[in-house]
Amino acid sequence: MSTATTIADSTPQLRRNLTTARLPKWAPAGVALLSIGLGCAVGAGAGLASHLQWGIIAAALFVVLSYALSARVEGRRQAKDRLATAVVWVAFILAVVPLVALTFYTVQQGLEVLDGNFLTHSMKNVISSGPGGGIYHALIGTLEQVLLATLIAAPIGLLTAVYLVEYGRGRLAKWVTFFVDVMTGVPSIVAGLFILSLWNIMLGFDYSGFSGSLALAILMMPVVVRSTEEMLKLVPNELREASYALGVPKWKTILRIVLPTAIGGITTGVMLAVARITGETAPVMMLVFGADAINGDPFNGPQQSLPLYIWQQYSMVNNDFGYARAWGAALVLIFFVMGLNLVARGIARWRSPKGGR
Amino acid sequence: MTSSPPAAARGRARRSRSDSRLGDSIFFNLSRGSGILLLVIMAAIAGFLAYRSGIALSKDEGNFLTTFEWNPDAPKPVFGIAVLAFGTIVSALIAMVIAVPVAVGIALFISHYAPRRIAQPFAYLVDLLAAVPSIVYGLWGVLFLVPHMDGLTAWMDQYLGWTYVFDQTQAGVTPRNLFTVGILLAIMVLPIITAVSREVFRQVPRMHEEAALALGATRWEMIRTAVLPFGRPGIISASMLGLGRALGETIAVAIVLSANSVLSLHVLDPGGGTFAQNIALKFNEAQPFGRDALMASGLVLFVITLLVNGAARLIIARRKEYSGANA
Repeated sequence: MSTATTIADSTPQLRRNLTTARLPKWAPAGVALLSIGLGCAVGAGAGLASHLQWGIIAAALFVVLSYALSARVEGRRQAKDRLATAVVWVAFILAVVPLVALTFYTVQQGLEVLDGNFLTHSMKNVISSGPGGGIYHALIGTLEQVLLATLIAAPIGLLTAVYLVEYGRGRLAKWVTFFVDVMTGVPSIVAGLFILSLWNIMLGFDYSGFSGSLALAILMMPVVVRSTEEMLKLVPNELREASYALGVPKWKTILRIVLPTAIGGITTGVMLAVARITGETAPVMMLVFGADAINGDPFNGPQQSLPLYIWQQYSMVNNDFGYARAWGAALVLIFFVMGLNLVARGIARWRSPKGGR
Repeated sequence: MTSSPPAAARGRARRSRSDSRLGDSIFFNLSRGSGILLLVIMAAIAGFLAYRSGIALSKDEGNFLTTFEWNPDAPKPVFGIAVLAFGTIVSALIAMVIAVPVAVGIALFISHYAPRRIAQPFAYLVDLLAAVPSIVYGLWGVLFLVPHMDGLTAWMDQYLGWTYVFDQTQAGVTPRNLFTVGILLAIMVLPIITAVSREVFRQVPRMHEEAALALGATRWEMIRTAVLPFGRPGIISASMLGLGRALGETIAVAIVLSANSVLSLHVLDPGGGTFAQNIALKFNEAQPFGRDALMASGLVLFVITLLVNGAARLIIARRKEYSGANA
């Protein structure tokens, strides 16, 4: 203690060179508050109607003030560092704002129409330009179509992943890997057009929930393959080798050892894929057509689905009652999809195979 | 990376019993068959769309590439993709210009800036953006974002109008234009770009970062000299994955954009169109021939997204670990 003070006292010149002035720890928060305040003041003062502009002014002020303050006190290098930190924080807030705005607005608008009646009634005999009606038929349709799509896509996706991880070597596996990757990027409307030309135009089937499921299955397959593949790769090789050493054939090893070990991750992947296709509108719009009455048979006649219902309420009804119903359906859809996502990620954390990552 | 059992063990398992050999061959062929089925589906998509497009193109009275209007069901069918291609590319470009820097910022925030304890929940939060269905984005876009864009559009017209691009020829018109669509698309592709970049940034060798810090670099200098150079291929392919999504987005664009067949560089003026949006809107009233014409435009979209995604995958293939398919 005493030595330290002596050194500091004896060489003030050296000490000043070693530690330059630093802004206090609360400086970034202070600058943030100040710029938010200034942003609101300027926005309100200039009478800018849109809160987007207030936010942009505040964000710009935050970045500029952080840099200027730091450049004055700490020097240029530190100022650049502060600038980068400020920009990164602003970027993050930019992403959170739409998420919060969207969720909040959907909940706020959706709760206005959401009640027991809305969930348990269809649009049959409801004058669509007036109030009333519900989404029961759309719920049934969505559940059936997604279930059918999952029944088609999950086994194919699973087997493909097994092929890639357990058997795949050589050119075929490389091609499959590449095209699975590319297939994740196929636009949903193109999948819809394909099923339309194959199933409806060439084979002559009519609009039905099932043809929608076929298109959804195409969109779902690559997602299932990729996630299952990642999970199978995490299964420790020792487990396979132990099984082979006991004389268990390969197919039984895969079915009884490898898949059960990775089942948590595989479930997650399938659920995320389900969540993704549940919200798809474009192929459903082309292939399922939409209906006002309850149609529980996905193989015969037009059905309804939640995304399609939202689209029709918005674009065809196009008045406040239609918007209200659209928001109600959107709230149900978002609730379902986000819930599925959260549960799936929960399972992934809880039951992922140990090792790796 | 593929786990292969020792050849000897495999041989023993194969030879053990004849029924196990049968089971093995059934299972092997089943799984290989599904792999082949995926390839067949991809080929069939291209094949069927090309076949229907061929029918459509043979009767097109206009030039498919340069015609503005879309009237395939007229007595003299005239249709072309000029406006659609332009609108698709412009809106996707706007989305990229906004989304890529923001996404890289978020990825850096989660991997290097956020306090450890809250980084993971924040990552989940951004991933949740990907969970919102595009129809909900569309509804939110037209009923919430568009009214809120009024002020911003007027602003840009006022201060940036001299750039021609941001000049608004009819002042005060509802901003259901390519620019708003671009912003909405940017929000929609943020999660995928963020997720892939984040994974890349996590894989930067710790030693590089610590060496930079030990040499006295500030955090930003460390990121600029160690993290960004390492992550560049990852950022590029992440952006291309995002671009692929933006190009193919259908329903959100169909709701927000007020489309017409005018090709204009004024992105703040309503109008224009995109491939997917055009298919979604024209499909229901289209006659059989009109459908074929729409399939021709769908084929162009398919080929474009195929090229973009394929290129992204080829760049990323060097480092297999961050595929981003699970994002």
